[in-house]
Amino acid sequence: MTVPTELYYTPEHEWVALNGSIASVGITDHAQRALGDVVFVSMPAVGARVTAGEPCGEVESTKSVSDVYSPVDGEVTEINAEIDEDAGLVNSDPYGAGWLFKVKLDETEGDVPPGLLSATEYTALTKEADE
Amino acid sequence: MTDTAPATAGSMPAPRRTPLTSMHEQLGASLTDFAGWLMPLRYGSETAEHNAVRTAAGLFDLSHMGELSVTGPGAAAALDYALTGQPSALQPGRARYTMISADDGGVLDDLIVYRLAGEEFLVVANAANTAVVGAALAERAAAFDAEVADRTDDYALIALQGPRAAAILAPLTSTDLAGVKYYASYPAQVAGRDVLLARTGYTGEDGFEIFAAPRDAEHLWMELSKAGAGDGLIPAGLAARDTLRLEAGMPLYGNELTSDMTPFDAGLGRVVKLDKPGGFVGRAALADRAGQPPQRQLVGLTLQSRRIPRHGYQVLWHGRPAGTVTSGAASPTLGIRIAMAYISPDVAQATSAAGSAGLAVDIRGNAEPARLVELPFYRRRS
Repeated sequence: MTVPTELYYTPEHEWVALNGSIASVGITDHAQRALGDVVFVSMPAVGARVTAGEPCGEVESTKSVSDVYSPVDGEVTEINAEIDEDAGLVNSDPYGAGWLFKVKLDETEGDVPPGLLSATEYTALTKEADE
Repeated sequence: MTDTAPATAGSMPAPRRTPLTSMHEQLGASLTDFAGWLMPLRYGSETAEHNAVRTAAGLFDLSHMGELSVTGPGAAAALDYALTGQPSALQPGRARYTMISADDGGVLDDLIVYRLAGEEFLVVANAANTAVVGAALAERAAAFDAEVADRTDDYALIALQGPRAAAILAPLTSTDLAGVKYYASYPAQVAGRDVLLARTGYTGEDGFEIFAAPRDAEHLWMELSKAGAGDGLIPAGLAARDTLRLEAGMPLYGNELTSDMTPFDAGLGRVVKLDKPGGFVGRAALADRAGQPPQRQLVGLTLQSRRIPRHGYQVLWHGRPAGTVTSGAASPTLGIRIAMAYISPDVAQATSAAGSAGLAVDIRGNAEPARLVELPFYRRRS
């Protein structure tokens, strides 16, 4: 299982890449493995307000439907249109081409939005869950 | 000394391992507890595994399936009494799909019965139902000169399924596979090991099920994998098995079949031999049911929706509840969503006469338009 060190994570198995005031969001390698083949992702609309911890989309795999929670507060600026054509990108490249959406953060003063986990913390969390 | 019992109340026993579980672990499979067994859900992508079975071949561990032997001079008569079908009419070496009903006609399980010899039958049951079926068979056979034994631990079961199955198997056996007919079984040698070789399956493809001694399971798995590597054979898990059987329109016990339903509900009345000589358990209820108009009908639905219609979702007819989805999937072969559902016969009739406009599945609050189609969704070219 890969957990890139430069990213932040949530207990809901999502990752966040911070680039200035923009946060890119996706689901982790651990999540895509647990879900199985992803067949459809329902995204928030561009321009929609999202709130940390609130559902803003769905990932549907062959096996199940899971909510996507926004990891941060802000406004959706972009969604990954490629996913609509090929939802399998979420499985094949969860941290790259399989990103889901981008959010313009409300708070850009602090360095890291509250509640996010480091790679080390997230790895520990998934290990715990596996035991 | 006072000893405080550990808090084990309510905890589940560890799932049972098949003779191939270590092999699956080595292959990096995602394992899941299925009916009390630790089984491979998938090895990599379940969609790739599904497609391999449709276009080349897949290798499945089915050792969780229950094997019950029924032997003795009264074995054939005992099974005629215990099951809805007529195993006494089978020639040795032949097999038949059948069911076991309760007194009220409800389906306890769907089964394959192999007649291995005149007085020797092997009944293959679903893993979740093996204990129930074993107990029912023992009780029903008590008045006959027949013995029922649970032989599940004596068999590993490997399925080789797909259009390339025969070509992959042929170099590993001296048996002439062209002579092994569909639903036939023969004692054979595969990769130097004695097995029972059956031309059966649950995928809608040609293929074989190989009953072997547990100690031979890993050897057979490796030899088959090696033999098929050039043909595109890959191991396939339960996730692929489920979408394969669904495309092929085959019922799954617990979804399309339950103890609340008779074989007639599932459109499988043909497995009920009401006119076989002698009575059988459930006969009165099933005879009664056979003469009545159906209360529900098992149908196939296709949807253009991106979302998947899943087990338990409601079927709507002009916005009103008209039935329930029993199984649904994103069909890898057809590229659309498919489902089997029980709907009211009125709606089934109306839609087949006037088209499917008005038919929908409630997918988490969205009425997604559905089309009624004939089962199966997929039929292989023969």
